[in-house]
Amino acid sequence: MKIGRVAATVVTTIKHPALDGRRLLLVDLLDLGGEATGRDLIAVDAVGAGAGEKVLVLDEGNGARQVLEAPEAPVRAVIIGIVDQIELNAGPIL
Amino acid sequence: MELGEVIGSVVATTISQGLEGIRLLVVQPLDRRRTPRGRPVVAVDGVAMAGPGDLVSVVASREASLTLPVVPGPVDHAIVAIVDAVEPVSGASP
Repeated sequence: MKIGRVAATVVTTIKHPALDGRRLLLVDLLDLGGEATGRDLIAVDAVGAGAGEKVLVLDEGNGARQVLEAPEAPVRAVIIGIVDQIELNAGPIL
Repeated sequence: MELGEVIGSVVATTISQGLEGIRLLVVQPLDRRRTPRGRPVVAVDGVAMAGPGDLVSVVASREASLTLPVVPGPVDHAIVAIVDAVEPVSGASP
């Protein structure tokens, strides 16, 4: 999974039927320090994420379709959590 | 999934089974500031309505093949939505 921040909504009228009624959000990807990496992606919102929230993004199709309960959906990225806090060990990583 | 712009189309009369009659478009991946990112890709038109100049949402890898009439098929990118707008979620910076 990846850590990101909700940056924008993606408004679409014409879309694959499996995306009907689903919210597409543009997410800036972050490093563990919370800094933008310069990468972004479009993800389906599965948790009701809001503006500027730090989120957990699943970028893997099988899990995404399971979360959305849509076995045929052409979806790879889904927002699966809203991050409250990230703790890192202060010591060296071995 | 990511943003992209349709910059062309591909016609292939001789094509692998499963792709006959499927529209193939050339898509330049973009970041959310509409800056080109990486090299253009050939994508299946999963909404059957995308055309040159359209801003689209593109899904990569195996999930792309879920847009085909016969699943799975030999593709690695597909357009799953035509993007009307990328709007700030209220309170977030665009």
